[in-house]
Amino acid sequence: MPVDELRKLQYKLMKTLVYRLYSFSPFYHDRMKDAGVHPDDIRSLADVKKLPFMYKKDLRDNYPNKMFTASTDELVRYHVSSGTTGKPTVVGYTQKDLDVWTESLARSLTSCGIGRGDVMQVSYGYGLFTGGLGLHYGAEKVGATVVPASVGSTEKQITLIQDLNVTAIACTPSYLNHISDVAEKMGVSIKNDTSLRVAVLGAEPWTAGMRDRIQERLGIRAHNIFGTSEISGPMFTDCAEQKGIHIWGDIAYTEVIDSETGENLPDGESGELVVTVLQKEAMPMIRYRVGDITSLDTSVCPCGCTHPRISRLTGRVDDMLIIRGINVFPSQVEHCLMQIPEISGQNYMIIVTRDGSLDSMRVQVELRKEFFSDKIDDLLEIRKKVAYELKNALNVSVDVELTAPDSLPRFEGKAKRVIDRRVL
Amino acid sequence: MTENSDSCKYVIRQISVFSENKPGRLSAIAKGLEEADVNIYAFSIAESKGFGVVRLIVDKSTAALKKLADIGFMVSYTDVIGIKMEDRPGGLYETASILGDAGINIEYAYAYSGRNGAVLIIRVDDVTSAVKKLLAAGKELIKAEECL
Repeated sequence: MPVDELRKLQYKLMKTLVYRLYSFSPFYHDRMKDAGVHPDDIRSLADVKKLPFMYKKDLRDNYPNKMFTASTDELVRYHVSSGTTGKPTVVGYTQKDLDVWTESLARSLTSCGIGRGDVMQVSYGYGLFTGGLGLHYGAEKVGATVVPASVGSTEKQITLIQDLNVTAIACTPSYLNHISDVAEKMGVSIKNDTSLRVAVLGAEPWTAGMRDRIQERLGIRAHNIFGTSEISGPMFTDCAEQKGIHIWGDIAYTEVIDSETGENLPDGESGELVVTVLQKEAMPMIRYRVGDITSLDTSVCPCGCTHPRISRLTGRVDDMLIIRGINVFPSQVEHCLMQIPEISGQNYMIIVTRDGSLDSMRVQVELRKEFFSDKIDDLLEIRKKVAYELKNALNVSVDVELTAPDSLPRFEGKAKRVIDRRVL
Repeated sequence: MTENSDSCKYVIRQISVFSENKPGRLSAIAKGLEEADVNIYAFSIAESKGFGVVRLIVDKSTAALKKLADIGFMVSYTDVIGIKMEDRPGGLYETASILGDAGINIEYAYAYSGRNGAVLIIRVDDVTSAVKKLLAAGKELIKAEECL
């Protein structure tokens, strides 16, 4: 589609969306009023910058469904992801929302050369997380045969890759590295002993350097996928050229802004990603501050595609951590620790490392004096309880370290409670 | 004198110290005790994932507790019993079976060589009954005042 036509279509969809939200979403109606913007003020795509932002916090404040603009009987699915504190983020989908999501991924997978004849192992988690089901339907849509392996049982996954002649895999880059490590121990070379030729990797930050290593080691093409549950799920990938992730313009309107000022940044400048999902029914997001750091490229891709691209994500504007593909906010950890009487909730440290190819998260907590016991079993019981509560709150296994009161660092000013030792 | 206060004489105050499992912690404890002029009779370390509990029998338990708390350790008193052991085969068996037969569980135990022979330190949940049973069976226990 020529760029002009694409922009015309984007404007049309944006206009419809803004009117719809202004009329049917009390939340966004109020937010537009507060910002002094009326739908009539949006006369071109250039006017989009007048529209107020939406934040992850809005989803928490409107938990679970106060931001929905579809009635409950129109919903066909929920997905749930981690919120910034105790409450998770709930996303509802109408059938059309699922169709658009699947369509977006189908185009993306096609641009990676995946289609009929391919056998795709989906090794993202199935369930509340969007990765598994998202890729599942996307791959089916392009005619690939899906192996819904989900995460874990790595040796079995490797056997399936061999026995079912799997040609494509979707998972986190660290899980693929783990699969390769385990395969080597089993005496299987992914490169020489399997039909695997392409991988769709994401849900955690990874570098071009790691992509090159994976491609070299496994003899495959490793594509980068982007998406987050608030905009539906994983939706967009880079194409065969591997020169940035195409954000289909008729599905989403993409901006990159300066986090401090909120001003739009020109192509190539690094800033915060802001996405408007143009066709969403159940939970439309206008100018959603995704929090990922990237840059925009609106030039035509060497593949001939005119849809804008974003560069590989380089980090976060907030303190969100991604542990084995799962989003974790330090505020969630704090919220959870505060509920446990045996420990001091306000003093803690989070240490993230990568053991081999898998992330490992350790939380150091201070034991309260009243709960100190000379019996090791009592202390182990407290440690177990903290680990259980954290696992429950975060969906990630955490190694807990008990420390003495006042032994962890105190901070004047902004606390630095996270030590991330991972080398990507 | 009531029976209970009688058994109190045999309850020894152990100092229990929480310690992270990292270099220099034991030396910090020992240095603190030296500075407070506290003599250590017996001690043991129970270690687990990333932390441990150091247990000490000392001559001045009040001073020891205060000093360790002052230098930042999490400390508490624990009531334990010190049993004088006979230096011959079967000595430990006799002692252990007295408690076992009485249905008293030993949480943990450690031994040290005192001036007048070996001493077994035991930690049980019901200290009073344990003292009574041991005395009734003719065992010689360390008096708290001997640790003062």
